[in-house]
Amino acid sequence: MSIRLKGGLALDPAAGTQTRADVFIEHGKIVAVGRAPSGFKARREIDVSGCVVAPGLVDLGSRLREPGYEHKASIASEAHAAAGAGFTTLCATPDTQPILDTPAVAEQIHHLASLARGARIRCLGALTVGLAGEVLTEMHALKAAGCVAVTNLERTIKDTAVLKHALAYAASSGLAVFLHPEEYWLARQGSMHEGATSTRLGVPGIPRAAEIIGLHRDLTLVAETGVRAHLCRLSTAEAIKSVVDAKRAGLAVTADVDLMHLLHTDADAGQFDANFHLRPPLRERSDRTALRQGVKRGSVDAITANHEPHDADAKAAPFALTEPGVSTLDTFLPKLLSLVAAGAFDLQTAWRAASLAPHRLLGSQGGTLSVGAPADLCVFDPEQEWTAGPEALLSKGLNSPYLGECLKGRNILTLVDGQVVFTAKDRKA
Amino acid sequence: MAAMRAGNLQLDSQGRLKHFLGIEGLSRDLLTRILDNAERFAPVGDRAVKKVPLLRGKTVANLFFEPSTRTRTTFDLAAKRLSADVLNLNIEASSAKKGESLTDTLRNLEAMQCDMFVVRHQTSGAAEFIARQVAPHISVINGGDGRHEHPTQAMLDVFTIRRLKQRFTHLKVAIVGDVAHSRVARSEIHALRILGVPDIRVVGPKTLIPPRIEDMGVSVHHTLEQGIAGADVVIMLRLQQERMQSALLPSAHEYFREYGLTPPRLKRAARDAIVMHPGPINRGVEIDSAVADGVQSVILQQVTYGIAVRMAVMSMVMTTQSLTYGNGQGGADVD
Repeated sequence: MSIRLKGGLALDPAAGTQTRADVFIEHGKIVAVGRAPSGFKARREIDVSGCVVAPGLVDLGSRLREPGYEHKASIASEAHAAAGAGFTTLCATPDTQPILDTPAVAEQIHHLASLARGARIRCLGALTVGLAGEVLTEMHALKAAGCVAVTNLERTIKDTAVLKHALAYAASSGLAVFLHPEEYWLARQGSMHEGATSTRLGVPGIPRAAEIIGLHRDLTLVAETGVRAHLCRLSTAEAIKSVVDAKRAGLAVTADVDLMHLLHTDADAGQFDANFHLRPPLRERSDRTALRQGVKRGSVDAITANHEPHDADAKAAPFALTEPGVSTLDTFLPKLLSLVAAGAFDLQTAWRAASLAPHRLLGSQGGTLSVGAPADLCVFDPEQEWTAGPEALLSKGLNSPYLGECLKGRNILTLVDGQVVFTAKDRKA
Repeated sequence: MAAMRAGNLQLDSQGRLKHFLGIEGLSRDLLTRILDNAERFAPVGDRAVKKVPLLRGKTVANLFFEPSTRTRTTFDLAAKRLSADVLNLNIEASSAKKGESLTDTLRNLEAMQCDMFVVRHQTSGAAEFIARQVAPHISVINGGDGRHEHPTQAMLDVFTIRRLKQRFTHLKVAIVGDVAHSRVARSEIHALRILGVPDIRVVGPKTLIPPRIEDMGVSVHHTLEQGIAGADVVIMLRLQQERMQSALLPSAHEYFREYGLTPPRLKRAARDAIVMHPGPINRGVEIDSAVADGVQSVILQQVTYGIAVRMAVMSMVMTTQSLTYGNGQGGADVD
């Protein structure tokens, strides 16, 4: 299938360019930007004038809920929702039931993903069996089954010796490790940032120290074991500073923040709104400012969605008793654009963080419009306004604080491997 | 969810009290009205027939997800003195253990056609959550949610203070003890601030004082002598045994030595200072018996006033509902 995307603004974060140019696609790859290569015949021409053509977005940690929690979401529902929102790759987290700690579960997920129309699904394997922090998984087998990295998610490994061994073993298996730094005991009972809001509401808090101590433990062992490490969902100003220091000292680590932490603070949870119950918790304004600057300066490599769809019951309880997480895919693009509009950083930076950097840290050639790159693309209308009503959200999880909000910027076309996996006609209404 | 951020859930569109969930966000005028109504209910307990017919035909369900004797008894008495039918449910021992969700429990109680829920729950925000869940004709009164608020306790405390000190605007009030885990302390701080108390102090070791409590308008003191110096009101909080197990304190013995209110220490406070405690007291832990039973102690008066204050709150929320839904007699006045 050969496709010509005609009349759009081509955004390439790898080249740092934004130019009005047609994009030509053949055999699943980008074959030219600007002028058609000689002999190119488009079987399909799509007019995308007024829209931005960009490499697709990536979520480095999506809870797809399948197998095991299909009442919350499924691979099919979320792969479709992702494509609808401009995502071309989702990293599936291993906290399924059964947990993704064997090749069999990875194969099941890959199989279900192959039947779904939508974003690519890449598997994150468990770092320890059952994510229990005690026994190492068969990482070579997980790698052979296609896992792109291993992680224990936010289920902190309490025993530091086990963590050290797990990182060393991952290093020798050649797998990257996704780390969620948090000190277990300090975070154990909390469900909100420890500060003025938690004190006012009487909700047990998670101090910044939990993340900072966890991060220093992780960084020390990363340096010692030489594992390729990615630090996930950093939430504090101090953590960003530590990552800058570690990088300056020559440690090969990358880091991400999730978009919710760039947009909100603990004060937003000040009325017990369970849609602001996140892990790690939303911090204070000074932290949010540091996270935004981290993205702007490149010390934070990636912005990610951290998509966590839930059923209604999961949020129908007093704050601390609700399950943490927000269904973020559907609203990610307009909310990212809102930060650009507010001057937090420019569009190139946003796209470098939300597409190029995550592609690179997954070892993918995507995240760029350069010739030969895979045609994993999204096309969005930055001016289109739409209301995030329950019928407009494609994810099965309606746990979004933006439900009913009017948003600006909407994805209208998504290609994966040069195939159209989503067009505006695929929307329910 | 959008409605959550707009306005106060406790008030109807006319600003009348519809639920009583927390002190935070209420006006001085409204708190004063609760106190004035409580004054009118106070004599009811001294009558031969201790009943007024304001809530006749109404059903009040006491939903206690956490054990309580005193608070539940006074709510029970208050509802009965208002002539309501009262249903006491110890949910901790029933549904919650059978795996029934909170929402399902509420649906069942609604189906029993209750008019008011008095709720105590171990999780902060539970009363607000329940108020959002119930049918609009049902009022919710917070009998204590986690560490968040215990608004009727705070109202009976300020009622006691007003009776004994008349005005709030010149007072120094010290709240001593486990502020971190105390819903009573949080509600009291809000109430005292709203009523204009210029000097509110919290006193305790760092492990029991939550971070950034200063943002709530109080000063922090780590020694009892300094904290109660010149205070007109000293409120002692109950110390739970669990605080020793979770390594927040070494022992009850050391706590008493540093923070226990004894007669010599009480001398640091104003000469006519009153001593309060939400109960039940731990003699020899946070308070010496000589103080608890002494002339400056108003602990038992607090208990008595608690009934009048709860009658006032219950009648006010029911009046609001009657005016809205027209399904009962209105008017919160006693006679």
